[in-house]
Amino acid sequence: MADHAGAHPAAEHPAALAHQFDDLEQQKEASTLGMWVFLVTEVLFFGGMFVTYAVYRNAYPGAFAAGSRELDVMLGGINTAVLITSSLTMALAVHAAQTGNRRALVWLLVATMALGGVFLGIKSVEYYHKLVEHHIPGPGFRFAEAEYLKHAQIFFSLYFMMTGLHALHMIIGIGLMLFMLRWAWNGTITTEYYAPIEISGLYWHFVDIVWIFLFPLLYLIGRHV
Amino acid sequence: MARLEPSDLPGDMTDHIVPTRVYYTIFALLMLGTALTVAIAYIDLGVLNIVAALTIAVTKATLVVLFFMHVRYSTRLTWAVVIGSVFWLAILLALTMGDYLTRSWQVYGSV
Repeated sequence: MADHAGAHPAAEHPAALAHQFDDLEQQKEASTLGMWVFLVTEVLFFGGMFVTYAVYRNAYPGAFAAGSRELDVMLGGINTAVLITSSLTMALAVHAAQTGNRRALVWLLVATMALGGVFLGIKSVEYYHKLVEHHIPGPGFRFAEAEYLKHAQIFFSLYFMMTGLHALHMIIGIGLMLFMLRWAWNGTITTEYYAPIEISGLYWHFVDIVWIFLFPLLYLIGRHV
Repeated sequence: MARLEPSDLPGDMTDHIVPTRVYYTIFALLMLGTALTVAIAYIDLGVLNIVAALTIAVTKATLVVLFFMHVRYSTRLTWAVVIGSVFWLAILLALTMGDYLTRSWQVYGSV
């Protein structure tokens, strides 16, 4: 990218503006749109797993209800609250970036990452419980209700695939936040150029939305029986 | 592609800064929705349990998309992409389930 800053008065050509864009607004629109197009592919990526879930839940409703009763609603619920709170701190981080409050931006990014870490920690505790209870699909699988022994493994396969893929997205999200933290810290992020914070936020909120669907589908189905 | 004119845009999107009170309100609604979905799960409503759970989840997701993800304040082009993602997901779900749900001759296990 050529630097034309010297050829124009600063007011005509802000330092943060890449030369292929007319103005900062167009530049920001382009990055937001690009991120949304990526998120469309993510929606369909997770969509495949949700459809698989729908097909097998329809086929084996009893085994799926029994499987979901083995999950810990308390831990799942706390994790939902943790993730929603991290979405709040992320949204506030974008606000801090827009208003040029660098100190708040840094702290809100740290808070978002910390809450993401808490989520993954609680998730690990849940995975450990499943390991101890022999609820990992395969030859060692044990299930109290013998009639569901076979098909409950389908439920737990989907449970581990969906929450595992979600956790992987969380890890990538925390990695992104590390870059954002660095850019917030060294002053790369300004009130003119905060698109990196904005689109990292879009990613983080998307991962939150996936969990908003995973929690009721995996933990709450058949809870009342 | 032609530049979008300000008149094409819903509201004023130029560097729209969402007031923090909007974020706090949405956060409170999301927490309320979470508590509600857990409470409803313990009441036997038959098929309505899944309907209630998904209605609350869709509502929560919509709030996140509109306010936390700023789609409420974004260009029509962004709206088109967002609605497109939901539309394609709906095709995936509707056609697949339309197939599976009508295979009445196929015997799944009863459990």
